[in-house]
Parts: sequence; structure tokens; C-alpha cells
Amino acid sequence: MRKAQLNIGLVLVGLVILAGVLSLLWTPYDPIRVTSNRLLPPGWPHLLGTDGMGIDIASRLLIGARYCLIVGVISVGVAAVVGVPLGMLAGMRGGWLDELTMRVADIVYAFPALLLAMLLAAAFGASTGTAMAAIGIATIPAFARIARAGTLQVVASDFVLAAKAAGTSRWGIAARHVFPNIAPLVGVQASVGFAMAILAEAALSYLGLGTPRPTPTWGAMLRDAQDVWYTQPVQALWPGLSIALAVLGFNLLGDGMRDVLDPRLREVK
Amino acid sequence: MSILRAEAVSRCFGAFPALRGIDLEVGLGQRLGIVGESGAGKTTLIKLLAGLDQPDSGQVWFDQKIVSGRPERDLGFLRSSLQIVFQDPRSSLNPRMRVGSIITEPLRSKRVRRELNDIDQRQRLGEVLKMVDLPADSADRYPHEFSGGQRQRIAIARALAPKPQVLIADEPVSSLDVSVRAQVINLLADLVEREGLTLLFVSHDLMVVRHLCDSVIVMRAGEIVERGQSAEVFEHPQTDYTKALWAAVPRIRV
Ligand SMILES: Nc1ncnc2c1ncn2[C@@H]1O[C@H](COP(=O)(O)OP(=O)(O)OP(=O)(O)O)[C@@H](O)[C@H]1O
Ligand SMILES: [Mg+2]
Repeated sequence: MRKAQLNIGLVLVGLVILAGVLSLLWTPYDPIRVTSNRLLPPGWPHLLGTDGMGIDIASRLLIGARYCLIVGVISVGVAAVVGVPLGMLAGMRGGWLDELTMRVADIVYAFPALLLAMLLAAAFGASTGTAMAAIGIATIPAFARIARAGTLQVVASDFVLAAKAAGTSRWGIAARHVFPNIAPLVGVQASVGFAMAILAEAALSYLGLGTPRPTPTWGAMLRDAQDVWYTQPVQALWPGLSIALAVLGFNLLGDGMRDVLDPRLREVK
Repeated sequence: MSILRAEAVSRCFGAFPALRGIDLEVGLGQRLGIVGESGAGKTTLIKLLAGLDQPDSGQVWFDQKIVSGRPERDLGFLRSSLQIVFQDPRSSLNPRMRVGSIITEPLRSKRVRRELNDIDQRQRLGEVLKMVDLPADSADRYPHEFSGGQRQRIAIARALAPKPQVLIADEPVSSLDVSVRAQVINLLADLVEREGLTLLFVSHDLMVVRHLCDSVIVMRAGEIVERGQSAEVFEHPQTDYTKALWAAVPRIRV
């Protein structure tokens, strides 16, 4: 059952990655150039049809996969690179530093990510960058919290006491003992965070706060499909389905990883 | 000459006094048993002696050098010459480290290496694995691939790696299967003998303490209530508390 989850997750995530990489090399049609073949139904040669501007939908979906990966990797990466060390520091030092870090995390967490995206878009102009920054900053507290919780657990274990008795420095304890043991937690959080980043990016693009036209992100495609919703609902199906499957894939992957990454759970004797 | 000394050491957790004014001297080569009921403060005491925790008042000395209150970076002399074997090897061995790195961890610390005369890590790893009867290829494996008894041997090997003078063992077999306890105890006894170690041995098993230790302290509620040569303490216990502890031990009638 668990194994099946992981496999389905891997397949879905693999498909998104494949599509994203493929889009770098090849798309069936020009994903940007407007033509007069508007709103063609699925068929041949436009497998999934064309949109309201006469652009091949399959081509746009491929490019959308690339943007969803870029946004996911960078926003989750930023959140993890900032959040995990902060959480580890808070957990290892404790005291006022811990208090301060966690209160700041609470404040950032409570600050609406959408408002942050709007502020950044107002200040710098809406772009993929502002969307990634907003999503990344909003996700830092999740990583800081999970890293702190994991660190507290590891620091209380006897092997950290043994490491101290062995003269291992704080850095050594953080690098060799704490981090490897919280890495599975961080990996799971990254996968789940990736799913949330995809959703958030789609929402921001839909609202016009993300990647600007004419770049075809899935959120932007959803927004375009809204114009023809009553006559051509299938137009909304493709980006909607892509978002749903990608989100599902990363969530399943995160769940499946939880078990596989933990060697203590493999010990069945 | 004493190697380890505690002077009026107290430790509180919140309002709860876990240790109340402990005075203790351990001589070089002495084998001291520490007994007492659960919660008596045995683990708390050895953590203070090992510089893994700080007393609220009082002082701890190792080899005429003060330990308590000293910053970690100045404790290299202690880390290289005093090692601990913890109660449960399931939690005292990092599940994500290979056995080889676990055992050589004390040898890789800069603070400890400063105190040692060039120990070759690989060579020492081979030596200690042999001393605890583990196969040489254990080094590349992870702790979860070993049985409980073998894991405790790994922990013992780690403790021996820097060639310490003092070994502290905190109930080293109480988490192990009954069938392997005697083996591990015998191994410890042999090693202490062969390496001429000073031993602090915490245990609930008074028979083992009597067998392994030349002297004993009896703790209760954060205080030492009785101390002396183990034969003396066990033959002629002075306090009712020690009598009760001793009476609770199942014995074969002769
Ligand atoms: N970190 C801590 N925080 C709060 N209380 C503690 C802490 N460590 C120990 N104590 C308390 O101090 C007392 C002594 O604990 P200690 O672990 O030294 O007992 P012990 O003699 O080793 O017992 P056992 O035989 O069960 O191992 C206990 O009542 C325990 O609950
Ligand atoms: Mg104890």
C-alpha cells in the first residue's frame, strides 16, 4: 500500500519532470505565437486542441510543467535553505534564541502569502521571481518548525550525549548527528511544500500576480480558459488536471518517502 | 591518588533536588559500583562527573583539573581519558552513521586528538573491534544490522577507542536480552582487567556489582547513604536501605 503510494507519486512527478525537460528541447507547436485556428477541439494535429488565441494547448502544457518545476524548486529551495538552519539553530541553542525564532516564524506564518505576493508585485512588477519569493518566504516557517521539532528530538538522544563525550564540536553534532537524522523530515516537507508551491503559483498566475503573459503557466491557462468556460469547458480541464495530478504526485511522493527514508522503520526483526 | 573527585555537588531539576551535596573520590584503578533505587540520582551523578551536565553548586575535578564550569573547548583532557557506555545502544548509536565512524568519533575530535599521541584511526578501529569480538567487516555496516548485544559491543568499542583511563558504564546490560547479559558483563570485566581501567559501574544487579567492583556507593534520593569496600557493604550493610536492597536480590540458598 505504502509502496504503491510512493510509486504512483514517482510516476506522476516523473511525468512532470519529463514534460518540463522536453519543453526545453521541443514542443509540437510554437507555444506563444497567436494563430487563427482558435478553439479547435482535441484531435489531429492539435492533440489537445487550441486555445482562444489559436495556440496549441499541448505545447502550452509542456511549458507550464517547466515553470511549475522552476517555481517549486526555487521557492522550496529558498525556504529550506533559510528555514532548516534556523530551525536547527533554535533547537540546538534553545533559550531566548529559540523563542525569538519561533515567534518570528509565527508572524511570518500568520502573514497572508497572497498579501505578500501583492506587495512584491506592486513593488517590483509581477513576475515569476516575485511569485517565487512570496511562496518561498511564506514556506520558511514550515521548514523552520519541522527542523526545530526534529532537532529537539535528536538532541535529547543518547547518541548526541555520546558525541559530546567524544569531544565532538557543536558543528560536528549539527552536521553528523542532527542533520542526517532530520533529513527525512525535511525531504517529506520539501515534497509537500513543492505541492503547495505548485498550487500557490497557479493561484498567483490566475490572479495575474505571477508569471506575466505570454508565458503559458498552468495558472495563466486556467485564467484564459475562464473566458470560454460556458462554451468550451474542456479548455479548463487540461491545466486543471495538470495541476491536480502534479500536486497529488508530490504529496504521494512525500508520504511514501516518510517510510522509505527512515532506516529505523526498516528494522523488522 | 584520586583521579575523579566531586565536592559537595548538587543538581536540581526545577525545584526537585536530584543530587544533594555529593562528596566522592575515585582512585586510579578503583572499580566503583553505584547502586540505588530508580530515581536515586545515579545517572545524574555520572553525567556531572563526565562533564556532560553542570552542577548547580559544588565542583567536579578530574586528575587535579577542574571540570565543572569549564567551557567545552577546554575539556579535551577529559574527553580523551573518560568515556561512557550508555544504557541502551539503540539510542546511544546514531542510526545514520556507519559503525566505523561511530567507533572512531572520539578520535576525530580536534580537542581529543590534541591530547592523544597520534593514534592511527584505522589501526585503532581494527584493534578495538577485535577487543570486543566483532568481525572486522562490521565497520562498514549500520547499527540496525546488529543484535542488541553486538550493538552494546560497538558502544564499548567506541568508549575504548581513545584509550581512556576511566570507563563509566550506566546499566550497560539492563536493556539487553537476558541471554547475552553475562557475555557483555564478562567482556567488560576482561577489558577493565586487561586495560587497567578505572571503572564506575551503575547497576541494579547487586550480584554483578559485587563480582565486578572492589568498592561501592549506595545512593538514595540524591544522597550517598552508604559507602565502602563491596565485600564489607554487602556482608555487613549498615543502613536498613542497603539491607532492603540486598534482601531484594534473589539468591540461591546454600
Ligand atoms: N533532565 C531532567 N529533567 C528533570 N528531571 C530529571 C532530569 N534528569 C533526571 N531527572 C530526575 O532526577 C531524578 C534522578 O534521576 P536519575 O536519572 O539520575 O536516576 P537514576 O538513579 O539513574 O535512576 P534509574 O535507575 O531509573 O536510571 C529522577 O527523579 C528524575 O526524574
Ligand atoms: Mg539511570
